[in-house]
Amino acid sequence: MKLIIAIIKTFKLEDVQTALSKIGIEGMTVTEVRGFGRQKGHKEVYRGSEYSVKYLPKIKIEIVIDKKIEEKVIKTIQNSANTGEIGDGKIFSFSIDKAIRIRTGEKGPKAI
Amino acid sequence: MMIKKLLYFTGIFLLSTFTGSLETLAEHHEPALDTGDTAWIMTSTALVLFMTLPGLALFYGGLVSSKNVVSALMQVIAIACLMSVLWLFGAYSFSFADGGDLNKYIGSFEKFLFNNIEWNALSGTIPENVFFIFQLTFAVITPALMVGAYVERIKFSSVLLISAIWLFVVYAPVTHWVWGGGWLAELGILDFAGGLVVHTTAGVSALVIAILLGNRSEFPNRVQPPHNPGLVMVGACMLWVGWFGFNGGSALAANANAGMAMLVTHIAAATASLTWMAIEWYKNGKPGLVGLVTGTIAGLATITPASGFVDPKSAFIIGLLAGSICWYCSVLIKQTFNIDDSLDVFAVHGIGGMLGTLMVGFLANESIGGTAGGLEQAKIQITGIVAVAALSIVATYIIVKIVQSTIGLRVSGKEAQEGLDITTHGERGYHL
Repeated sequence: MKLIIAIIKTFKLEDVQTALSKIGIEGMTVTEVRGFGRQKGHKEVYRGSEYSVKYLPKIKIEIVIDKKIEEKVIKTIQNSANTGEIGDGKIFSFSIDKAIRIRTGEKGPKAI
Repeated sequence: MMIKKLLYFTGIFLLSTFTGSLETLAEHHEPALDTGDTAWIMTSTALVLFMTLPGLALFYGGLVSSKNVVSALMQVIAIACLMSVLWLFGAYSFSFADGGDLNKYIGSFEKFLFNNIEWNALSGTIPENVFFIFQLTFAVITPALMVGAYVERIKFSSVLLISAIWLFVVYAPVTHWVWGGGWLAELGILDFAGGLVVHTTAGVSALVIAILLGNRSEFPNRVQPPHNPGLVMVGACMLWVGWFGFNGGSALAANANAGMAMLVTHIAAATASLTWMAIEWYKNGKPGLVGLVTGTIAGLATITPASGFVDPKSAFIIGLLAGSICWYCSVLIKQTFNIDDSLDVFAVHGIGGMLGTLMVGFLANESIGGTAGGLEQAKIQITGIVAVAALSIVATYIIVKIVQSTIGLRVSGKEAQEGLDITTHGERGYHL
């Protein structure tokens, strides 16, 4: 099993979710996060004062999937979250030891 | 209207004949109660209170960071309550009672605790109790305006103490000078609704407090931007609507003078909003909401002293000047002078109030307010500005120094960093 974490632009969430649904991904955890990478922050001006916004809002998606579809999922996220501009985000993949469905106690890929 | 008045006076005549004192009628030249005037001033009173609660509170609440929103709201409402009580405990009396030998400068204890006022006594054509509470709402908003200068770093107890002393030492005397029959009134100063009494006193004093208190530790490069521009807009619009009562009500009558005050108020506000927006659009490339509504407040503050004296064309000019000069000063104070007047109280209210007070000296239209603008009038206006600003600077300096050396002014750096909401008030603005 793999845990995929993707940091994407906030307005790309719907596109990514729709694309993942199409390849059969049935669940995900979504968090509003802030951070910076190469895009850095930007300046906002209010009433003549400049405020530097260092941490930009992003969306973090977490999905646990069967190892077999790892590449397909990564490709799907990459395609659907891509705008071709700086700040599109990152995708990380981790190996997962255990997964348990709380209600039934099912374990492993059946639980996801 | 004529018939109504005729009937009214016939009624009085018959009544006094009945009581057998025709002499009393002859002496009775004082105006009688006018229900229309009274109804309008009661309405205006509600509008002006609404400017502070919740208008100004939301305006300031939206401009601070999310960890200080409760504190900004709290400071405004606590000041409003405290000033209301102090208005009864002498501030009204010092502002509006006859001061005897000292009447040029200050009232007296005569009306302390509403003493020596018949419950249904008249002030002009309205009950004095209505005049009392109408003026109370002005005394409430004036110290509350200064909150914008010291948010995010001041001790709450110092806010209350500074505001309380300030009401007696700055607000009450200036009110007496201008509206209570004092020396500026004798000079013939024009201040229809408080360009001097409200905005100059609050704006100049706010600057003094900001300097003595010192900047926020994050100022100028790391301060948080306004946490909720929507709230800022909502608050500004409540101020805008409430200002119809502030300026329109200051005619103390429901008549054409009040109507003109309302009209010019709106024109100046709209013009200043567009001016501020246009400047920011040109300077930053984007027209911002926070900037536009700050322009609104600048226009409103600037038209305040002029509102019952100028025509709509002059209001447009005043709006243009308010939007551009107040914008320029907001940049000047923060960037050039490096003073953390956090929410631009001086640039918007201080500069606006003084600018409007000066402009009405030139632009007053004799047929509207009974006084013609010109160099002579402008000299009187400048005298007023200098005197009121000087008292505000000196008195506020002394008040703040006293408070600083007794209970202190600032919260600790750690408390400021965590936010006053939780460290001072124990409540969070947002539980997410």
